[in-house]
Amino acid sequence: MSTNEHSATAHTDHDHAHHDHKPGGGITRWLYTTNHKDIGTLYLLFSLLMFFIGGIFAMVIRAELFQPGLQLVQPQFFNQMTTLHGLIMVFGAVMPAFVGLANWLVPMMIGAPDMALPRMNNWSFWILPFSFTILLSTLFMDGGAPAAGWTFYAPLSTKYSGDSTAFFVFAVHLLGISSIMGAMNVIVTIFNLRAPGMTWMKLPLFVWTWLITAFLLIAVMPVLAGTVTMVLTDKYFGTSFFDAAGGGDPIMFQHIFWFFGHPEVYIMILPAFGIVSSIVPTFARKPLFGYESMVWATSSIAFLSFIVWMHHMFTTGMPVTAELFFMYSTMLIAVPTGVKVFNWVATMWRGAMTFETPMMFALAFIVLFTIGGFSGLMLAIVPADFQYQDTYFVVAHFHYVLVTGAVFSIVAAVYYWLPKWTGVMYDERLGQLHFWCSLVSVNMLFFPMHFVGLAGMPRRIPDYALQFANFNAFISIGGFLFGLSQLIFLAVIFKAIRRKGVKATDQVWEGAEGLEWTIPSPAPYHTFETPPHVK
Amino acid sequence: MHKPLLYKLLLIGACMFAFTFALIPFYSVFCKLTGLNGKTANSSAIAATTVDLQREISVEFLATVDKSIPWTFAPEVPRVTVHPGEVRVVNFRVENLTSEAMIAQAVPSVSPGQAAQFFKKMECFCFTQQPLQGKESKLMRLQFYIDPALPAETKTVTLSYTLYRVVAQ
Repeated sequence: MSTNEHSATAHTDHDHAHHDHKPGGGITRWLYTTNHKDIGTLYLLFSLLMFFIGGIFAMVIRAELFQPGLQLVQPQFFNQMTTLHGLIMVFGAVMPAFVGLANWLVPMMIGAPDMALPRMNNWSFWILPFSFTILLSTLFMDGGAPAAGWTFYAPLSTKYSGDSTAFFVFAVHLLGISSIMGAMNVIVTIFNLRAPGMTWMKLPLFVWTWLITAFLLIAVMPVLAGTVTMVLTDKYFGTSFFDAAGGGDPIMFQHIFWFFGHPEVYIMILPAFGIVSSIVPTFARKPLFGYESMVWATSSIAFLSFIVWMHHMFTTGMPVTAELFFMYSTMLIAVPTGVKVFNWVATMWRGAMTFETPMMFALAFIVLFTIGGFSGLMLAIVPADFQYQDTYFVVAHFHYVLVTGAVFSIVAAVYYWLPKWTGVMYDERLGQLHFWCSLVSVNMLFFPMHFVGLAGMPRRIPDYALQFANFNAFISIGGFLFGLSQLIFLAVIFKAIRRKGVKATDQVWEGAEGLEWTIPSPAPYHTFETPPHVK
Repeated sequence: MHKPLLYKLLLIGACMFAFTFALIPFYSVFCKLTGLNGKTANSSAIAATTVDLQREISVEFLATVDKSIPWTFAPEVPRVTVHPGEVRVVNFRVENLTSEAMIAQAVPSVSPGQAAQFFKKMECFCFTQQPLQGKESKLMRLQFYIDPALPAETKTVTLSYTLYRVVAQ
């Protein structure tokens, strides 16, 4: 975004910036680039595209559920929509957005000239469009796209799946490779390229949370790769990992999947914690309260994520001891998470607060993510979970933590750093409009799901009992409004890329602190070629 | 400069991939030791030395045929009442409805899962593959007892068989 033109400040700041080593013009510039800012931009734009594609699938789901009975789509296609919506949003929208932010920000925050492994960086991005082309192409095949849910439980994904399963498996392999390479790059960069004086306990929290996320990625993405490989060989090569007929066990699929799956949900929220920890101090004009406890809380959440996976499987039948262990270990996560929420609140306490769009999204994150956390605690209670399992209550829970959690944090991050990327302030009036429209509609969309879930409406079913009709119509209207609200976001970004707006200062925000705010806006193509000294 | 760290990270990734596959035998051994997933031992047990005449356990039988094989399969009695330690025989009738020869394998599962390790089979058709000629039918024998160590709160044990077709690989 920031790199389409030579920036005047870049010339004065860097003697050798007469040419800034961009690879050729046109498309090859983006194909061959190894620059962390270019690759960050590519990741973010890709994720924006996927956010809208996944959003369209969600609109199909909500349109079908607007009224009871089957109106628009067949059940099989409805299942394809829920499956693709989940896969696209998790692996195509949220994760690449965080990787894009890491690419843009980690080197600038630690005073590094670029990511440590720039060519691998290029590769890890360019795998993604191929992966999602393969995944989306299944929509146009005989038998349609995968329909086993984003969790692709066996035997749904093995015995009862269509031939697009092979495409699905290959797509997941590719995006897994991409994620692992991205994570390795982040770790090597943070370990080896910190500027002199940038000690571990001076790292900005976004960098800390991403470092821990990167370790989680390296630990569990190979497990996902193993899981889909077993699905592939079970379906096509006669193995019986998950098939009782050959001595396997379908429950084992769930163990392996959730051993990946639970750390995965923290992969999608830890960088969000880092973003909110950057934004709140800026607009409260106070340093972050409890920096060290934030680091320890993040680490303990990451550790705990490996010993809670069976809380997804309470109803599969397990000994009471195991149910108690996983119930308590799950509830334990509320402690470090609570530390974080209290730290954010304490940061704002008696601060000189202003409420620009990034701060509004960060505040909404804190409140709404906490609601999602509380419904998570309810789900952790074993006897209650037998009632909530597989209902819309679960859907409400994970959309509160993923949409008003992860997605809101990404949107906040975009508003917060957009002036640094483009050199102009975004349109604040449109930003506030985007915020209020999103806030109202997202709660219309997800809050009533708690009630229909508690009343027993099952998830992943295209039809429902008549008693849920009014609630579902209301939810669908909220869904359409939330989808439309995101067009305002698109307009804001479009205006900023076109450089329509007031020129941003280097510091951009009055209360902003950190190395990325010491360089010019827009950030020149090359930054920190001579490492800064951090006091 | 970056390579040593990168290789270590690659090694972690490779180990985790291998770990996924190591989970399979680990899980099977774990479940066999604890009987958690309702799997029973796949070899014959020796008879119990004592019979607990004070207790009565209701043992129920379920027989399911996988859609891969057009046979009928049913226990001769749906339910028996036994004393722990008492040896019983129950026969299951199978019939091949097609006119071609087929081989089947029955896969057992016990519910509640915790009772699996106390369900002792001395002789079972599920230990071996069962061939049938076209249109042939036969009785298959199960000889079992319930281990007297079965926890006192368990009053009913359900043994479920699913019959799968065995296709030569």
